[in-house]
Amino acid sequence: MNAIIVSTLLGVVMMFVSWGITSSKLQRSIGLFGMFVLILANLAQLNKWWVVDFDTKGMLAFNQIGLYVNLILFIITFIYLWINGAEIDKIGNHTADYYAIFFFILCGVSILTSFDNLLMLFIGIEILSIPLYILTGADKKSMLSNEASLKYFLMGSFSTGILLLGIAFIYGATGTFHLGLPQFNPITRMPYENFLMSAGLILLFVSMNFKVSAAPFHFWTPDVYDGAPTVFTPFMATVVKAAGFIAFIKVFEIQRFALGYNTWVIILPLVIVSTLLVGNITAVFQRSVKRMLAYSSIAQVGFMLFALYGVSEFNNTAILLYIVAYSLATIGVFAVLIKMKDYGFESFNGLAKAKPALALLTTIFLFSLAGIPLTAGFFAKYFMLNALLTAGAGLWLLIVAILFAAVSVYYYFKIVQAMYFVEGEPAIHPVDKSYEYKLWLIAIILLVLGVFPDLLLSYLY
Amino acid sequence: MFLLIFLLIPILAAIILFLVKKESTGNAIAIGAGLLSLFGAVYIITNKTESFDVSWLAAINSRFLLQADGLAKILVLLTAITFPSIFIATNKNHIQNKNSFLGLMLLTQAGLMGVFLAGDALLFYFFWELALIPVYFLCSIWGGEKRIAITFKFFIYTFLGSLLMLIGIVLLYSNTTDHSFLLSSFKNAHLTNAQQLSAFALFFIAFAIKMPIFPLHTWQPDAYEQSPTAVTMVLSAVMVKMGLYGVIRWLLPLFPMAAAAHSNMVITLSVVGILYASFIAIRQDDMKRLIAYSSIAHIGLMSAALFTNTSIGMQGVLVQLFSHGINVLGLWIIADIIEQQTGTRSMKALGGLAKQQPTLAILLVGFAFANIALPLTNAFVGEFLMFNALFQFNPWMAAIAGVSVVLAAIYTLNMVQKIAYGEISQATAKMEMPNNNAQGVLIVLLAIVFITGIYPQPLFNITADTLQQMFVK
Repeated sequence: MNAIIVSTLLGVVMMFVSWGITSSKLQRSIGLFGMFVLILANLAQLNKWWVVDFDTKGMLAFNQIGLYVNLILFIITFIYLWINGAEIDKIGNHTADYYAIFFFILCGVSILTSFDNLLMLFIGIEILSIPLYILTGADKKSMLSNEASLKYFLMGSFSTGILLLGIAFIYGATGTFHLGLPQFNPITRMPYENFLMSAGLILLFVSMNFKVSAAPFHFWTPDVYDGAPTVFTPFMATVVKAAGFIAFIKVFEIQRFALGYNTWVIILPLVIVSTLLVGNITAVFQRSVKRMLAYSSIAQVGFMLFALYGVSEFNNTAILLYIVAYSLATIGVFAVLIKMKDYGFESFNGLAKAKPALALLTTIFLFSLAGIPLTAGFFAKYFMLNALLTAGAGLWLLIVAILFAAVSVYYYFKIVQAMYFVEGEPAIHPVDKSYEYKLWLIAIILLVLGVFPDLLLSYLY
Repeated sequence: MFLLIFLLIPILAAIILFLVKKESTGNAIAIGAGLLSLFGAVYIITNKTESFDVSWLAAINSRFLLQADGLAKILVLLTAITFPSIFIATNKNHIQNKNSFLGLMLLTQAGLMGVFLAGDALLFYFFWELALIPVYFLCSIWGGEKRIAITFKFFIYTFLGSLLMLIGIVLLYSNTTDHSFLLSSFKNAHLTNAQQLSAFALFFIAFAIKMPIFPLHTWQPDAYEQSPTAVTMVLSAVMVKMGLYGVIRWLLPLFPMAAAAHSNMVITLSVVGILYASFIAIRQDDMKRLIAYSSIAHIGLMSAALFTNTSIGMQGVLVQLFSHGINVLGLWIIADIIEQQTGTRSMKALGGLAKQQPTLAILLVGFAFANIALPLTNAFVGEFLMFNALFQFNPWMAAIAGVSVVLAAIYTLNMVQKIAYGEISQATAKMEMPNNNAQGVLIVLLAIVFITGIYPQPLFNITADTLQQMFVK
């Protein structure tokens, strides 16, 4: 509850900050400080120092994992804002407003990690999505940004409609919005209720897939990620997507119970394989690094979907590691990409000679995305495979996943090849030392988690 | 504890090398670290058993376990000899950014040592990948003309193989009774027949790509040719041993049933590979490619002998792991000297080495004998045992594989003839000064060849415990 209230308040505060304070640098500092307060507030609830609480009539339920996810996502946002602060300023003259939007999004995130009721799921997703439509269109003078925003808005509204329809059907079948298991027990239902329930659950599944951009509901992703201002793309691809995933896992637990495991053994692999296929194969053919990363984020979703397979305590912790590894690496790669004058692979040519430190950092981030040992990405992938196998998935699914992981090496390494093995002048804006130090922080987290993933996981035991 | 320090020596030296600018200091550090590792390796071999064991990932019960038994010892020794030899023999070569080059080489060494010493499957996988990454950079930055594409092929090939192995590890892990990655728990894992067969396939593909066994070998000749010769030495002397090591350490003990069921297939593939590689070697004009194909043939014989499941074959392989490394290292160093001084690898353009540089020519002949496995050389010991095992398994296979000995004599002697004899060619005339460092290394290596060829007992002693474990129940 702390996080929901504090983030809303901070959002409102940031909205009015620009009235009195015109210096964007100061606004930025206030935003960062607010982020810090938000982290503290959440930490307070996690450790039960100070908890705002009142009876929500079963709308929200707070548990350790949800609060821990909050903490992780807030810290990732903090790092993101800390690194990209200067770049966010450049988008327009509404710095404080952007921070207000970020806080509203985080409010949606906190609801999605704690909802216990389908209505709250809907509200959470809407609070999360609407500010995102604005962020996507933040660069008002760019046609691409406007197009992306409109596209995102239309598609997003459509999927929200599907979500609502699904919720309505489920309400029809159970007579409640509550997510408690007894109401979803398939044995106690009438046949026509069963029909409503199945329809509702499938619609819910479709709309959640849309939110996390799993194929075949991914079509908005590349255009939106590509069109949005580059500085906002990593935020959308990491924190927002992760929150969507946490919600998805929670909903799916109910879905699986209500429809039975056997139904999902057909549907889920279909979604996973098509997501891996579309994401990876399309990424191979991209000419722009930004678009390649958009498709690769779809590919990564394919791996994250494994967590749905075996919903258990341990798999939840596994997806946490995946979220951290994927998010930090993505933020890192985008932080380098944003300094490029154009986003073709060629602009990375010769970066290792001109800027050895930056090239090494990029390599670490890409290795983590590709899942190569010594980086957090390896253990993230390992735990996902483990989750899949312990959940009783067929070996063939693991092998398919592995084949696509090898494909992903191909396109991530194209950047490494350009940086190290191709001669040329990199098309890069000047990068100052302090910026590099910030990136080193991310790299060091990735490397430490790559050798001792326990640091993150053992917290939950 | 000693093993951990032993592993950290090359890593620390590599880090220092990345920071040091001056080339001569870099050379000294690399050679120093290499020799230090060599002393460490000798210490490990002379001591009975060393091990280092701490908890690593408590959540999934993986341990940081390093241990040195006979199999590990002999490969550690080979690695420890290979790297300083390379550093000394090539220290006059002109290489851009030489310190980074040497640093990456030392990281490779650390990865290889880790692979051979790891007693925990996850740790093994970890080092298995780590050994590959620096090699990827070494070949892609300092390699030949087509280096980027070729190295990438090599990388994807082996990466795919190791990912399959990772699935195998996960599969075994989920079936262990005590949820651990230790080799001993893996051995006690309850696998159904179907599971054992699929796990066998997953591991086997990874090792077969690394060795490489016949249809999966296509990355190798190109990669050997395009890599800088110092890296080729590592690849063919030590890195291919990773595959054989994996078979001996993991594949055979974990899946005895599946291994026995597939032994016919694997041995047939290996024998086909031996002949195939030998015939291609005969047609080569490029020195490097010839040695590469001859190496494929030798490794093929080793993989065939492994799957005969006889103690005599195993003994042969354990000795040959070491001997093949030394022999091929010697050949590569000679090839490197010639290429550095003449600027060509084409044997047509060479000739008259015996007149121009008699010492080098004598050394070449010595290693050529070892390559053919003539008696008194170290390779004879291993090959004799391996052919013996193959004969016990299936006389026809042994007969067909035996043709390769004749073929080896043809291509190796042909090479010696073209390079050493005849009139001094234009290219050979450029070889004015002998490379003393490299020749010194070669003399030491040749001494090892003949000493272990005449008196192989020390090698048998080192590996005795592995053999006992595998075949005396």
